[in-house]
Amino acid sequence: MSHDDDDHDHDHGSHLTEVQLRVRALETILTEKGYVDPAVLDQIVEHFETRVGPHVGARVVARAWVDPAFKASLLEDATRAINESGAFETIGDHLIAVENTPQQHNMVVCTLCSCYPWDVLGLPPVWYKSAPYRSRVVMDPRSVLADFGVTVPADTRLRVWDSTAETRYMVLPQRPAGTEGWSEEQLAELVTRDSMIGTGVAAQPGAARK
Amino acid sequence: MNGLHDMGGMHGFGKVVPETDEPAFHADWEGRVLGLVRSLLFTRAWNIDIFRHDQERLPPQVYLKVSYYHRWLLSITQSALTYGLVERDELAAGHALHPAKPVERTMKLADAHVAYIRGPFARTPQREARFEPGDRVRTRNINPVGHTRLPRYARDKEGLVEAIRGCHVYPDSKAAGKGDDPQWLYTVAFSAREVWGEHADPTLTVSIDAFEPYLEAV
Repeated sequence: MSHDDDDHDHDHGSHLTEVQLRVRALETILTEKGYVDPAVLDQIVEHFETRVGPHVGARVVARAWVDPAFKASLLEDATRAINESGAFETIGDHLIAVENTPQQHNMVVCTLCSCYPWDVLGLPPVWYKSAPYRSRVVMDPRSVLADFGVTVPADTRLRVWDSTAETRYMVLPQRPAGTEGWSEEQLAELVTRDSMIGTGVAAQPGAARK
Repeated sequence: MNGLHDMGGMHGFGKVVPETDEPAFHADWEGRVLGLVRSLLFTRAWNIDIFRHDQERLPPQVYLKVSYYHRWLLSITQSALTYGLVERDELAAGHALHPAKPVERTMKLADAHVAYIRGPFARTPQREARFEPGDRVRTRNINPVGHTRLPRYARDKEGLVEAIRGCHVYPDSKAAGKGDDPQWLYTVAFSAREVWGEHADPTLTVSIDAFEPYLEAV
């Protein structure tokens, strides 16, 4: 392969790729002109690498599974429910939680760019931002589920939420059977990222978390 | 604009390939680009809708070839040039060569938390909402060359208003530099058969969040 590898998502050896050089140049210029502060960039990177991620959403789901009042308020207004619970870090505007049931399976996409509920799930995975997912899920979600090894019963309704505005969606997956009496902490371990996007389901008790 | 970014319903892109144990970033520069985007949007020299539109305006060959954060880099580089924060000779030199143009504000360490969560896009309504849950509506058949959040697959389709999502900044206006122009936002649901025809999955419903100017009463 040629220098075209620059366009891929990976570092290559020790040499600086074209895109690395461009990022470094832009950051240097913007820093020298006082528009950005590298220490602020460090903090932003650290935040997204270490503090937010699907573990946040997993705790929200686990709470909803054990606390019917919280679940009701989450489905009514997810932003308010999370921010008023006192149990979670404050999230930004306009999160909508949609509930999976035996009758309806929900999936979330942004066909136009890659809008994603960062505040509760962290950074979107590459596949969520990819052309195959964005193109197919609004037309043929069952085939997309097959790519994830997931089968939804043929008579279960499918609902795909295309996040075309500044609203963000997360799926409240079904609670696995055989978890009666489990603590929130134990339940949160079963909640996968994909189960909150709708391309997966919560892990079964005893199964390794994906 | 009818760009390659508007992917819903396209064929031929193949399987979705999940990555096991995916890291937050695949290279250090990706995190730097994220930090730059958050810092630059904080200056209000431009806005998130222009940021998105600049990605849509990349040549389609480029849009498909480069990675997500690389698209972000190309977008902010373009806007930094357009809004006079950098000049081409500076990009070539890799250093500042000209005095900085004033911006409304810059992000300090004490502001970094602003970059962590979603910003507020709700705005005070200028008028009553035209539709309510339960209304049947038809999306307009629009094909603007500028930015829009009405995907092609959902144009000229009849659907059901399920919810009012408040009144928000209108991206079509904001990306054109014409201000917030707040508009009511609705979740509108369509049967897959309305969108994709008689052979579509009969169990499937697709919804979009549609700004009021996209909708007509049925």
